[in-house]
Amino acid sequence: MTHAPVPGLSETATALCVLLIFLVPLAAAGLSLINAGLGRSRSAAHSMLSSLAVLAVAVLVYFLCGFSWQGFAAGPAHVVTVAGKAWNWIAAEPFFFGGVPRGGSAASLVALLQMLSVGLAALIPLGAGTDRWRLGAACASTALLAGCTYPLFAHWVWGGGWLAQLGVNCGLGRGFLDAGGAGCIQAVGGITAWSIACILGPRRGKYGVDGAPAAIPGHNAVLVLLGCFLALLGWFGLNCAGSILFAGAAPAAVAGVAIDTMLAAAMAALAAAAITRARFGRPDASLCANGWVAGLVASSAACAFLTPAAAVLTGLVAGALVTFSVEWLDIHLGVDDPAGSISVHAIGGIWGLLALGIFARIPGDSGQFAAQLVGVATLLGFVLPLTYSLNWLLNRFYPQRVPAEGERQGMDLYELGAGAYPEFVIHREDLTQG
Amino acid sequence: MRIAGFLLLLAGWGIVLSAIALLRPASPIAGFVTAGTGVEVLGLVLVIRSHRLIRRERR
Repeated sequence: MTHAPVPGLSETATALCVLLIFLVPLAAAGLSLINAGLGRSRSAAHSMLSSLAVLAVAVLVYFLCGFSWQGFAAGPAHVVTVAGKAWNWIAAEPFFFGGVPRGGSAASLVALLQMLSVGLAALIPLGAGTDRWRLGAACASTALLAGCTYPLFAHWVWGGGWLAQLGVNCGLGRGFLDAGGAGCIQAVGGITAWSIACILGPRRGKYGVDGAPAAIPGHNAVLVLLGCFLALLGWFGLNCAGSILFAGAAPAAVAGVAIDTMLAAAMAALAAAAITRARFGRPDASLCANGWVAGLVASSAACAFLTPAAAVLTGLVAGALVTFSVEWLDIHLGVDDPAGSISVHAIGGIWGLLALGIFARIPGDSGQFAAQLVGVATLLGFVLPLTYSLNWLLNRFYPQRVPAEGERQGMDLYELGAGAYPEFVIHREDLTQG
Repeated sequence: MRIAGFLLLLAGWGIVLSAIALLRPASPIAGFVTAGTGVEVLGLVLVIRSHRLIRRERR
């Protein structure tokens, strides 16, 4: 076990970080609106309540035990030595935030940002389980994410763990870098979304007997697009605060990070619009929204290290990737992901991590791409099997999918007893009374 | 098939871990990392194929 002093921040950086972190809940609000808008109207209230509930569960479980596994850089941790190299593999913080020094320390800022980040990661699978994922099961699955999967991977990247040590121990650039959470938040959430979508199976009526998919459009494009605007504000906070806390950026560099974030999102949305316009004759609103968020996601890893031109390229590829990926998953793989969470967050996040290795210009960065590849390999080779098996086990003891009757009624009526839009129901007495 | 896919994912990660733990910095770590990721991609393809097969059988 190692102990080292907590790195400090200047007063300016601390104040700026606090302000930026206060923007992050807007990303959660944006994702919740996108998930609700891309689902059916009869499950809209359930979707929003699920968002609030999983956020609450994620924060509490992270407070109970998650942060003690994750910790922060230079905090107490368990170390294993292999072939003469010391590898930090898990934090050794006390439970209940017991080891977090108050008073504006970097560790307390990390704890605050991480509480919101784990909530954000927990919202992502909701988009894949829309219209059929029980509220209780979503909360239970979130507890597994916030208490096990997320803290482990986040410690390896942000807590001074073995992925962060790749530079020192193996000479691979500066080690695995992920300033804004393209891997820790987005890809972990997206991989969980894939596991949930596979375990739940498609919505009833999504695929015909011949396997052809039916289009089930989202019920409110306005909510979805409003969610995109809110997500942009949230991502400004996430990327800028992450750059200061996890990539060592100076407060003055925040404007550059925000510029890269904005450029990537703009280019990704335009790429999605152009591709859907070219293929279907008109731009598709839901795919453009997916492109926008995919651009934000892809910008997260490298926002502190890219030139504006590289940010535009990153966004261009993210927008194109997400457009084809949504269709590929839906038509060819038969994975029903109503909000496009897998494409946007898993594929967009992994692309963002690789883009850092390709485009980032970091002094002495030889081997940076290999370091990023090790992180991606860990996401695929460790996080994916772990997440799938945990959720598969959970499903054996506590079925995650709502019964067929619940799907027919809609999640709002079946689980909550009331719909999101009661005034839209046409009552017979309204028609008969003068 | 799905279990074999997941085993391949783990095996690929094992290759990556072994390379970074055992090889010296000057050694070709990047090559082994690429090979391990390749094995993971094969595992992912198997998992995806098994998902498609299960769907087809259910129909």
